[in-house]
Amino acid sequence: MAKMTLEELRKLRDQKQGEMQKRDIEGKDSRIVIGMGTCGIAAGAKPVLDAFLAALEEKHIDNVSVTQTGCMGLCYVEPTIEVIVPGMPDVIYGKVDAATARKIVEQHIIGKQLVTDHMFDRPAADIIKKDGGK
Amino acid sequence: MHICIDDYLLDIVQNSFEAASTHVELALDETESKLTCLIRDNGKGMDAEVQKRVLDPFYSDGVKHTKRKVGLGLPFLSQACEACQGTFALHSEVGVGTTVEFSFNLAHLDAPPMGNLVSTFVALLSHPLAKELVIRRTVSTRKGNSTYTLSKEELEEVLGSLSTSGALNLLREYINSQEEEVMTYHVEPKMQSETRRTQQEM
Repeated sequence: MAKMTLEELRKLRDQKQGEMQKRDIEGKDSRIVIGMGTCGIAAGAKPVLDAFLAALEEKHIDNVSVTQTGCMGLCYVEPTIEVIVPGMPDVIYGKVDAATARKIVEQHIIGKQLVTDHMFDRPAADIIKKDGGK
Repeated sequence: MHICIDDYLLDIVQNSFEAASTHVELALDETESKLTCLIRDNGKGMDAEVQKRVLDPFYSDGVKHTKRKVGLGLPFLSQACEACQGTFALHSEVGVGTTVEFSFNLAHLDAPPMGNLVSTFVALLSHPLAKELVIRRTVSTRKGNSTYTLSKEELEEVLGSLSTSGALNLLREYINSQEEEVMTYHVEPKMQSETRRTQQEM
């Protein structure tokens, strides 16, 4: 691939946006938050981020928000990720690898069913503020 | 423990984001035998007392995690640099910012592998606390040299917010094309132990 310029990137984005508007909007308002603290990185959170992006691209889902946070307090089950899908409970998954990431996209984000064998907890007590962080 | 150089980069640049910086710079200069890294921010900085303690893995300021007794990011990094006879230096001033300069001796057997810089740059540029991040990556070897620069503000102007799967996949494609170009000048480091053996044989 030749080195892309910012102008070429802009054209590619315009082209993609055109394609997107033709499709049904799957994944709208869904969010994936990846724990990218020292513990997460050491356990492989970065390949997990790659796997989520690849799985979403494969399914042509462009509008899921994919973002990062620090440690969620569950260092013993890293990499941890939080998935927020409208109409479903917010879930923190642990021990997530590339295969699990794919499963979460297919089963949770598209299929609207929880991946129960990787569910651990909400954020652990040591990072929840007394007022619930509000 | 981190495995690759890119893990350390991801970890330490995040410190800058979390220190309320509005401008962070990451510069990577690669030669045939050395990777020199500079991370500079204009965040809140650290006083002399804290600077002395940050390399202690059992020190944490206790702000982010009130009950935690370890802080492993910088200790991991300085240890990895030391293990391959690289360098590590930290400069910081309260209210001005922090600069971390370090290098890996790529020709040393204990130098970590580079890892995946493209993923690392995608993760860093899309970090929610990153306002402006400028990444400059240079490869200069006997084959020649090449460089590319990524600016979060510039990329957001083109792609919009770097927070959706669609934008991030385009970002990855863009960075990939830049990285492929500089990698044409990459030369595998010649391991020092092999060099020694050859000299002995001679």
